[in-house]
Amino acid sequence: MINTLYRLVSPKHIEIYYEELDLSDETVLVRPTYLSICKADQRYYQGTREPEILEKKLPMALIHEGIGEVVYDGTGSFTPGEVVAMIPNTPTEVVDTIGENYLPTSKFRSSGFDGYLQDYVAFNPNRLVKIEADLNPLVASFTELVSVSVHSILRMDQFAHQGKDVLGVWGDGTVGYITALLLKIFYPHARVLVFGKNQDKLSYFTFADEAYLVSEVPPDVVVDQAFECVGGQKSQLAIEQIIRRIQPEGTISLLGVSEYPVPINTRMILEKGLRIYGSSRSSREDFEKSIEILETYPEVTDYLENLVVAVIRVRTIKDIHHAFERDYQLNFGKTVLIWDK
Amino acid sequence: MIFAAILAGGTGTRMGNVEKPKQYMLLGDKPIIVHTIEKFFVNQKFEKILVLCPKTWIKPTMDLVNTYIGDNNRIEVIEGGKLRNDTIMNAVAYVEEHYQVDEDFILVTHDSVRPFLTHRIIEENIEYAQRYGACDTVIPASDTIVESVDGESISSIPNRGQMYQGQTPQSFRILKLKELYQSLSMEEKLILTDAAKIFVIRGEKVRLVEGEVDNIKITYPYDLKVANVILRGEEE
Repeated sequence: MINTLYRLVSPKHIEIYYEELDLSDETVLVRPTYLSICKADQRYYQGTREPEILEKKLPMALIHEGIGEVVYDGTGSFTPGEVVAMIPNTPTEVVDTIGENYLPTSKFRSSGFDGYLQDYVAFNPNRLVKIEADLNPLVASFTELVSVSVHSILRMDQFAHQGKDVLGVWGDGTVGYITALLLKIFYPHARVLVFGKNQDKLSYFTFADEAYLVSEVPPDVVVDQAFECVGGQKSQLAIEQIIRRIQPEGTISLLGVSEYPVPINTRMILEKGLRIYGSSRSSREDFEKSIEILETYPEVTDYLENLVVAVIRVRTIKDIHHAFERDYQLNFGKTVLIWDK
Repeated sequence: MIFAAILAGGTGTRMGNVEKPKQYMLLGDKPIIVHTIEKFFVNQKFEKILVLCPKTWIKPTMDLVNTYIGDNNRIEVIEGGKLRNDTIMNAVAYVEEHYQVDEDFILVTHDSVRPFLTHRIIEENIEYAQRYGACDTVIPASDTIVESVDGESISSIPNRGQMYQGQTPQSFRILKLKELYQSLSMEEKLILTDAAKIFVIRGEKVRLVEGEVDNIKITYPYDLKVANVILRGEEE
């Protein structure tokens, strides 16, 4: 079959490409249905990545968050019509000591190869996780982002000592929101404190036990474990505050991406015996756990739906541009594309 | 219920000295017709995909389906007719023979030599045929269309803003299509160049579906060259 791909060829310039697809017995074909724009896609679209990176990676179809419908399965793993979450991380080997999302040989959709802006996307069946057809598709569209938070929480559970009574999340954006919300599910008895810079954004965190402006945190507030979901140069201030506010021997999960090196107060890390670890992307297990949570806790889905602030039906390339521009203007939340192209 | 009719009746008289009909020539790694059939096959809305081809090509077409798509019960290869609309009526007859046809039955007809159609075009054909009874896939005309009745001088130059180039699919409610076709006289049938005209002649509305420039019809050897360039991309 001749598949149609909508690739970014240069910033803000998308063109149609065609590629042959085989209906083989190793392939599952998925028709994307609901897609969500990630900040990483937006950086490619706006051209804010380094020119050498753009030169190397484009042309490339964007978007790595989404769900779709199985239209063909040569492997017999799915029935056509089933709804699936698509896993963008694509390992090429198995190493027992390294997670699939940390293997340098793994490829990632809309980063190392084409993302979901295609008529049909071909997958190995282990890159798809079935979801209930009645799961809210607007929320399911960003399962990948949920799985990134799940991944960081599962790592914290693995690395942290027993003290998990007070959990702190720094960052009042989408990742902070999802991470804080999921912490309430994983640790229902813990107090979840959120630290942000913007009162408007913090007002979304209604489920949190406390939401503080970083400039107005009372002196006695401390946390047992912390999550940094800020990113960029501002993550320096966030990490600094975390180091001050965290109990000795606590763990700090870094989720925020920064294009620049971030200075860290190592003296205090040593003094307090802190453990800082990176957390990036996610694995199939994280997807499965995320979907289990979405299907088990309808209130989580409701909270997450509040993150969806723009829904755009896409049937032309012009609509794709509109979606990215609309998303770029958002102060908070997610843009979901209903993929009718 | 929705059916696809892939029209592969032509024997490629315009394709130059080729040994086989143009739809069986290779585009990339596969015959053109296989690419086209696959595009409909992966759309689960189709109850059956009917492939209508010349009698002597029925078996070879079945072989190609088995080789590239595998054994399945959704693709039927049957004989086409003498003219385009005869072929479409063969598809209608097949559906009537095997199903209790009601007014919701839809037929999406498509040229086997247009393998670049997209998912959206198919979906909108289904949607518009269901909603309006008939639809035709078109793109705005890029060249000025000149009419010449005698073939020697211009008789009129229509406003280009109102001109479109017809592509396929063309999609219809099956019962309505049959009813209108049967109401035509022999003279009327002879001037039909495509199925949408059956509706237009009888004053029935045919909705436009926005096509794509790349949804080309591979008719001449030049088209096949263009198709290969489209498929390979500019960098090669």
